[in-house]
Amino acid sequence: MKHTITVLVENNAGVLARISGLFARRGFNIDSLAVGVTDNPDTSRMTIIVNGDDYTVEQVEKQLNKLIDVIKVKTLRNEELLSRELMLIKIDAPPQKRSEILDIIALMGGKVSDVTRSTITVEISDTPERLNTFEELLRPYKIKETARTGVIAMQK
Amino acid sequence: MEKWVSCAQAMVKCLEEEKVQVVFGYPGAAICPFYDELSHSSIRHILVRHEQCAGHAASGYARIKGEVGVCIATSGPGALNLITAIATAYMDSIPMVVLTGQVSSELLGRDVFQEADITGSAEPFVKHSYLVKNAQELPLVFKKAFYLASTGRPGPVLIDVPVDVQQTKIKYAYPESVEMRSYKPSIQGHPMQIKRVVEALAKSERPLICAGGGVFPSGAQEELVKLAESLRIPVVTTMMGIGAIPSAHPLYMGMIGTHGVKSANTAMHESDLLILIGARVGDRAVVSPSLLSKRTKIVHIDIDPAEIGKNVTTHIPLVGDAKIILSQLLEQLPPVADYTSWTQRLAALRPGRQDAVSGAIDPKAFMRELSAQCDDDAVVVADVGQNQIWTANHFAIRKGRFLTSGGMGTMGYSIPAAVGAKLADPSRQVIAVCGDGSFQMQMMELATMCQHDVPVKIVVMRNGALGMVRELQKKSYGDNLVAVSLDGSPDFVRLAQAYGIPARRVERMEDTGEAIAALLAADTPYLLECVVPADEPTL
Repeated sequence: MKHTITVLVENNAGVLARISGLFARRGFNIDSLAVGVTDNPDTSRMTIIVNGDDYTVEQVEKQLNKLIDVIKVKTLRNEELLSRELMLIKIDAPPQKRSEILDIIALMGGKVSDVTRSTITVEISDTPERLNTFEELLRPYKIKETARTGVIAMQK
Repeated sequence: MEKWVSCAQAMVKCLEEEKVQVVFGYPGAAICPFYDELSHSSIRHILVRHEQCAGHAASGYARIKGEVGVCIATSGPGALNLITAIATAYMDSIPMVVLTGQVSSELLGRDVFQEADITGSAEPFVKHSYLVKNAQELPLVFKKAFYLASTGRPGPVLIDVPVDVQQTKIKYAYPESVEMRSYKPSIQGHPMQIKRVVEALAKSERPLICAGGGVFPSGAQEELVKLAESLRIPVVTTMMGIGAIPSAHPLYMGMIGTHGVKSANTAMHESDLLILIGARVGDRAVVSPSLLSKRTKIVHIDIDPAEIGKNVTTHIPLVGDAKIILSQLLEQLPPVADYTSWTQRLAALRPGRQDAVSGAIDPKAFMRELSAQCDDDAVVVADVGQNQIWTANHFAIRKGRFLTSGGMGTMGYSIPAAVGAKLADPSRQVIAVCGDGSFQMQMMELATMCQHDVPVKIVVMRNGALGMVRELQKKSYGDNLVAVSLDGSPDFVRLAQAYGIPARRVERMEDTGEAIAALLAADTPYLLECVVPADEPTL
């Protein structure tokens, strides 16, 4: 089962290494980890998606809390969760397919970021599930490359 | 008052501010600015013969002094040699500040001579670590390091200082206090939870207290005994908890676990309410914690919330300082029930005392004799292996302490830790007990004892083999003895004498009494080699 944990940390050197090291050595599985500075430049917020049972999540929370750089840990329940992920996706787009592809992009709320003679690069921000759907819809047109940021989340 | 000083000088001043009296270390180029300044201080530096021993000595010092132990090494190999000692201290929650020199900050990451990423390498084994790149922050880093090491669940904190930072001039002022928004250990037990414990006690027919190593840093020995005595509840301990209650106390049922005694393990097995105090339910103490929590109701008192529920399912968690929580409990005890038959049944299982008086040396009888002759407040430091279990189960603690590397099981702990313990309190007898295997991992420290005049007493239980592994190979590997013979070991008596340390060998039970008396009477270091039959079992 997937759990979304947000972690507010001191913006110190090495804090990401401490946290990723903790996950590695305690055998916790991370689906994704995203980190960025908050409105206060002294702190960063990490959003970690953990795969595991309730025991694992409790352990993750407690072990994270033990780290001196960690200020606050919160596991968000799905119903109170606002989550987004950003994806960049580059697709083969010969002129004759372009309009079909643009239809899909418009339908899913994506935005064309770059166009070349043979490709289109789209940016889209949505829930991870919607990004997966988007990816599936574009797969028949041959995806050349994707990059995803990992989920960031917040309590509603 | 702010004044301009070099960072190296500031490091020494910070140690002085923290009232550090003794430090253990080994110099090298990257820590030389600090050593240069240390020579002008009244802080005593003990030069060890291997950095790992500096860490263990700081650990022994911290455990007896009840303060933060400090050890120092240079960059690269010096720092890396400390890692085992840091991990040993981390596993046993020993307060320690580790200072390491580092290569010049502009060279960091270029794989220069004696460069090692020590903060990175030690990360899994430290409570926290600092690489000081901004010299001006150094006093605050020291303040935080000592605060972190000594509060909450104690542990080692590492400070890595590049050599150019040590030479930088800073405006020095030591912070008076430190506040960290991300670190606020809970001390007080939650009143609701205390109430639940009292209710559970009132319902219990076979309650049991299990004390761990957490009792000592909290100083909760007195409250523990008081709680047990007021309710007449039997007490067992983990290996780290030995000495939390006097070994001969009528309510004490001994050490639990794989190498524990029957009375203690039966008590764990049959209790209906188990109060764990500062014990993390390690696998050597409780082999199948899931069965335990099915049989008995578990109250878990620990200052580290992460320990609660980690190894055993807890019915009543109680986060806080053991001494404070036990005092809270003592204030609202339930009426005393009658547990006499429960206690008596366990007491009947306590090991009998049929001591051999002649023939080959029985290490268990030897330990009882050693304990009988020691002062009440003696400190015994056991190494790892059979010698450790013999000491744990048979050396009776009265007002003294039993020290060992419990969590990590680090061979080569006893002698350096004993050196630290003796320096922490020179008025107490300090005896290191080791095997011939572990002795040879730390025998370089004989020189440290001589150089700094630290009269530690050493008992080497010599059975010519790595006894505990040998026993395991006999039992579980079809008697295929591999790499456990210690043939080629030197004559330890002559070795000690080469250092000018008086020593003697004892081979027969009837000679042990007198040999122990001579060991304890010496006002210098002394080594007693005690020849033990190779097949002598651990239990």
